[in-house]
Amino acid sequence: MNRWKLFVPLALFALFLGLAMYQLSQPKDERIESAMIGKPLPQFALPPAVAGVDGVSSTDFGDGKPRLLNIWASWCLPCIAEAPQLDALENAGAEIVGIAIRDKPEDVAAFLERHGNPYARIGSDDLSEVQLSIGSSGVPETFVIDGDGIIRYQHIGDIRERDVPILLEQLRLAE
Amino acid sequence: MIAELGLAALWLAFALCVLQLGAAIAGGREQGAVLAAIVRPAAIVQGLLCGIAFLMLLWVFAITDLSVGLVAANSHSAKPMIFKLAGAWGNHEGSMLLWVTVMALAGALIAGLERRLPENMMRATLGAQSFVALGFYAFLIFSSNPFARLAQPAPEGAGLNPLLQDIGLALHPPVLYFGYVGLSVAFSFAVGALLTRQVNPDFARVTRPWVLAAWICLTLGITAGSYWAYYELGWGGWWFWDPVENASLMPWLAATALLHSIGVLAARDALRAWTILLGVIAFSMSMLGTFLVRSGILTSVHAFAVDPERGAFILFLLGVYIGGALLLFGLRAGAVAEGERFAATSKEGALVFNNVMLCAILGIVLLGTLYPLLTEAFDVRVSVGPDYFNPVSAIFVVPMLIVMAIGPLLRWRRDSLERIARPAALLTAVALVVLGFVALLFEVSFLALLGLALSAALALASFMPLRGRRLARVPMSVWGMVVAHFGIAVALFGMASESAFTVERLAAVEAGATTSVGPWQVRLDSVEPVAGPNWTALEARLSARTSERGAPTVLTPQSRNFWAPSQATTESALATRWNGQLYAVIGNQTDDGRWQLRLWWKPFVTFIWYGGILVALGGGLAIAGRVRSDLRRRIVGRRMAERRADEAHLEEAAA
Repeated sequence: MNRWKLFVPLALFALFLGLAMYQLSQPKDERIESAMIGKPLPQFALPPAVAGVDGVSSTDFGDGKPRLLNIWASWCLPCIAEAPQLDALENAGAEIVGIAIRDKPEDVAAFLERHGNPYARIGSDDLSEVQLSIGSSGVPETFVIDGDGIIRYQHIGDIRERDVPILLEQLRLAE
Repeated sequence: MIAELGLAALWLAFALCVLQLGAAIAGGREQGAVLAAIVRPAAIVQGLLCGIAFLMLLWVFAITDLSVGLVAANSHSAKPMIFKLAGAWGNHEGSMLLWVTVMALAGALIAGLERRLPENMMRATLGAQSFVALGFYAFLIFSSNPFARLAQPAPEGAGLNPLLQDIGLALHPPVLYFGYVGLSVAFSFAVGALLTRQVNPDFARVTRPWVLAAWICLTLGITAGSYWAYYELGWGGWWFWDPVENASLMPWLAATALLHSIGVLAARDALRAWTILLGVIAFSMSMLGTFLVRSGILTSVHAFAVDPERGAFILFLLGVYIGGALLLFGLRAGAVAEGERFAATSKEGALVFNNVMLCAILGIVLLGTLYPLLTEAFDVRVSVGPDYFNPVSAIFVVPMLIVMAIGPLLRWRRDSLERIARPAALLTAVALVVLGFVALLFEVSFLALLGLALSAALALASFMPLRGRRLARVPMSVWGMVVAHFGIAVALFGMASESAFTVERLAAVEAGATTSVGPWQVRLDSVEPVAGPNWTALEARLSARTSERGAPTVLTPQSRNFWAPSQATTESALATRWNGQLYAVIGNQTDDGRWQLRLWWKPFVTFIWYGGILVALGGGLAIAGRVRSDLRRRIVGRRMAERRADEAHLEEAAA
């Protein structure tokens, strides 16, 4: 038997080791981007998440006005962190539509009481069905929906101060 | 205090491990020969200390000592006792301690019991065992200390992942770990044999029971894990080719190959280098699986502690141990003399063929599991699923099953195909009849059809080695082979039948309405809230019947909400009949008040796990047979020695 053949297993293993080392050194990107960007909003109709604020349906979009669609929940801590930025966006003239994920009306009411209500409408998505159908895999996420009801832009994670102008710019582009 | 005792025992075991390694190295030299005597005692005491450390961990979990970080993060005072204990190994740190404990106990057992091998080889083996254990001790103590205290005791524990609060799953990881780590013994023996250049039938005979025992545990662990995924996840499938499942399948494939080649080495002194390589690969696959699971380098439905730093540590260990062993293999295997030769048509030939097939399947599973890792290096995200694994592995599984049917009928060394022409023709006829029958009557996929035909032929073939023998005199190990091979046929039948004949029904029904699936009429009687110790649930009552007469079978699937930690799970309900299972899952309520019901009728699906149990039982018979013959040989040997001593005495007295 050729002696070098005995080193084939070692060579294969070295290959794996190199690959694994390279991959471990790479920052792991856990963000899942929506495959729905550039496509129209799917059909849906969600009941109100809290008394006094209307529910959300897909027909609310596509009337020529671009809007922000914010996926959030009262139980989500980063959502508290982004509440001031949502207020800033609203003050800058953006219309924000909320979808509350797996939430209870009394919790939603308490959250709005405490952190303010930037939302024009809030729908209740108890089973994450609408969330999944627009390609969102977590809370909070914010989508820009253009005047024709097409999903244009996705922001994953909480909105920081530096993200506000970006979102406003995306809204302007979506007109 | 208890946690500190555990940590102290762990440190002492670590120290003894260093001592064992040092003594094993020094014992090989002339000036250090006195140290050789402490290798075995060090291994035994180390095993005991590790056992104590693990008992201490069980203890802190049993009393829910919330000042220990691990308990606070993984347990809860309201949990039933069995799940409190299971919490001890249902997390990263605890499972690594279990790993080290099993390894140390295995080392203690070989040190205490094994007297057949030359002492220098035992020393090399125990040295290798301690060298491997050392890395895992260091990992445990320096990066994953299970006994770490919190500065402030937590007010209450965070709970155990509800999916894991199930008796099957409480026992599944330890069984699998016994298998994984049991293979470390084969690894150490292989390294010991390479170091001392003694690759011979004695090495094979000593290693075989360990490989068998580890292989039985792996078989049972995989079988249990598959059943757990089947009824707990509520998806109705029994194997998902998930990286974590593959991580347990790959050592099993390697161990199966090793088990068969080690048999050839023991009986015929052939396949020396190959057996050694398999011994190294089997445990390497265990470590690789641990790395893949623990580092989070691959995305899996199993969410374990994911930590790149720990991943780097395990990868380092992997590089040292697997790389070292393979380097040793490359350097030394050339010097291992070629074993006995044999003809292609012989029992050895069939075993070699199937060894190659098993390794090919192993390669395919390994490639499929690592492929996403490879493509991600080029920024392409893929997920490899059943569409790849099923057909590609079938290419090698089918010839393997055919050879598995006729291989046991062949003789050692040299045989002719003419001699087995008649049984082979009978098996072919059986397969063809089943094939034709099923193809004509049912519309099933090609692979399922092939599976059904092969399982019938293999079931018959597995009993053929008993033909023409006095059953009472057949050795236990042959019975083991018969039962294990029959188990493969049974499992194959279950898999093929499940994929060919499963009927699924998704219906929205109101209370009182009836729906049907396969031969079953299922009525939704009611949906009521129920409460358990740490969960609340919506429970549906279903009356299922196959005929008008007799009492219906009541099924109660639940949609459960745990509150510590908060998580929803589906508890499927099963009605088991000899010829299959009715599988029911309750979904959500629709807007008009009806309930979503998901029903499956899965004919003969249970045979998959019956088969797995039979395979493990076959292994158990084989191990019992080997141990019995070893004991008998030892007793005979002792009697011979006594008689010789007596004769010497008599001669002395006469003189």
